[in-house]
Amino acid sequence: MSDHVQTLLDRLPRLGEAVLVTLELTLGGAVLALVVAVVLGFGSRTRTLWVRGPSRVIVEFFRGTSLVVQLFWIYYVLPAFGYELEALAVGIVALGLNYGAYASEVVRGSIESVPQGQWEASVALNLSWFHRVRRVIFPQAWALMIPMLSNLLVQLLKGSALAYYITLHDLNFWTVQLRRSTSDTVFSYTVGLLVYFVIAYALTWFMNWLEARAKRRLGIGPQRPSLRETLRLEPAPVPTAPTAPTAPAAGVRTGGAP
Amino acid sequence: MTTTAPGTVPAIEFRDVVKRFGDHTVLDGLSFSVPRGQRVTLIGPSGSGKTTILRLLMTLEELSDGLILIDGDPYTYEYLGQKWAPVPEKRRREVRKRVGMVFQQFNLFPNMTVLENIIEAPMHVLGLSKHEAVQRAEQLLEKVGMPEKRDARCTDLSGGQQQRVAIARALAMDPEILLLDEVTSALDPEIVADVLAVLRDVAQTTDITMLLVTHEMQFAREVSDRVLMFDHGRIIEEADPETMFTAPSHPRTQEFLKAVLG
Repeated sequence: MSDHVQTLLDRLPRLGEAVLVTLELTLGGAVLALVVAVVLGFGSRTRTLWVRGPSRVIVEFFRGTSLVVQLFWIYYVLPAFGYELEALAVGIVALGLNYGAYASEVVRGSIESVPQGQWEASVALNLSWFHRVRRVIFPQAWALMIPMLSNLLVQLLKGSALAYYITLHDLNFWTVQLRRSTSDTVFSYTVGLLVYFVIAYALTWFMNWLEARAKRRLGIGPQRPSLRETLRLEPAPVPTAPTAPTAPAAGVRTGGAP
Repeated sequence: MTTTAPGTVPAIEFRDVVKRFGDHTVLDGLSFSVPRGQRVTLIGPSGSGKTTILRLLMTLEELSDGLILIDGDPYTYEYLGQKWAPVPEKRRREVRKRVGMVFQQFNLFPNMTVLENIIEAPMHVLGLSKHEAVQRAEQLLEKVGMPEKRDARCTDLSGGQQQRVAIARALAMDPEILLLDEVTSALDPEIVADVLAVLRDVAQTTDITMLLVTHEMQFAREVSDRVLMFDHGRIIEEADPETMFTAPSHPRTQEFLKAVLG
């Protein structure tokens, strides 16, 4: 066992590089996924058919096909059409599009959960569409979508392990290398497992913090998130819509009611 | 039905406005106009189309047919060349600037403080500097009686306080026309008086054209110049408040007021 630990210590510098690649894939993929999700999420709910149609098709296509196949397709097939990308970029693009498609449904759902009255008030104040979304609707939808995005982010981290198959020296690759040099499957994969878990936990932490911050801005939840709230592993229970609280006797007005 | 005197342009004019929701016709060829500075109350049973009129004026609904003019400017459709065309959004925004609205459910932005709610649109739509916008907001908070809540979160306010902030927010845009959509219906009875006091003050100290839908008949009687009684999307009676509330002529109005006033 002690020589395993020695091998592990020898390989620690490599571990740093491997984790860096995994983090680059995860964070790069996550940023791209968020952009894709916001664009497609809003695209899927516009009234204009020529925006909504393509948005729906893209979402369904990337959700409906395997991430491995997408990865291989971009890495091996796309060069045949004259678009050659670096392996890391391929990984980020594939992860970003795939998880972006999933996340777009989260974005769409959260936007639809923002009460209609918020849109109406921002029309009544004559704010432009972009301004309405940026300053009024999105900040409220954001607090709703973080718990679900947090789930997807951890999944994206785990999905990034596939990058090993397109020659990237990520954490998965490092684990395989460790197994080769120690010839101990149990030991090396357990170490790999633990490192993935630590990264996932750190990401969950970060997302919990973001969520507490977003909720605080809406005036829901405590002024400071408790340590327990930040360190918890499971995503928060689906929060209630961040409406301005209405008087107890208030009847809910539906959009088209005369 | 049009009450425009020759030579004056009404603040609001509806011409043969039709609004349908699916198969249900809410407004059926409605025409009426409101001169500048007049306060008009719309009364009638629920489902008679009162709120729809305010929502059409705020462009929260698209009309099915007819025309709406604000100060004589086309707001919905205009006659271009040989045919009717929708007014482009850019020009519509120009006209919409003159209209403000206060909602039954307040609809304050929960992600902003009281002050931020009020200065957001004046800064970004009217182009006021932050200093000017804040100054105006503070004056208005004074007017609605809650200067101390300037930096409070909207979520920490009571319903009545939220509605007073909403009134200040609408007034901060300096509207020519103010639409009040059942603004006290969601409030506890003891708070209603505070909100009505604020609105009475607005009515007395400004010359804003007001269109209100309300169940507060006493308030309607005090502030309005004219009352329109609606039933099934049509105006069935129109009178000054004194006549309307003491001697309504239409049997339907008599029935309705009897039910409401008890």
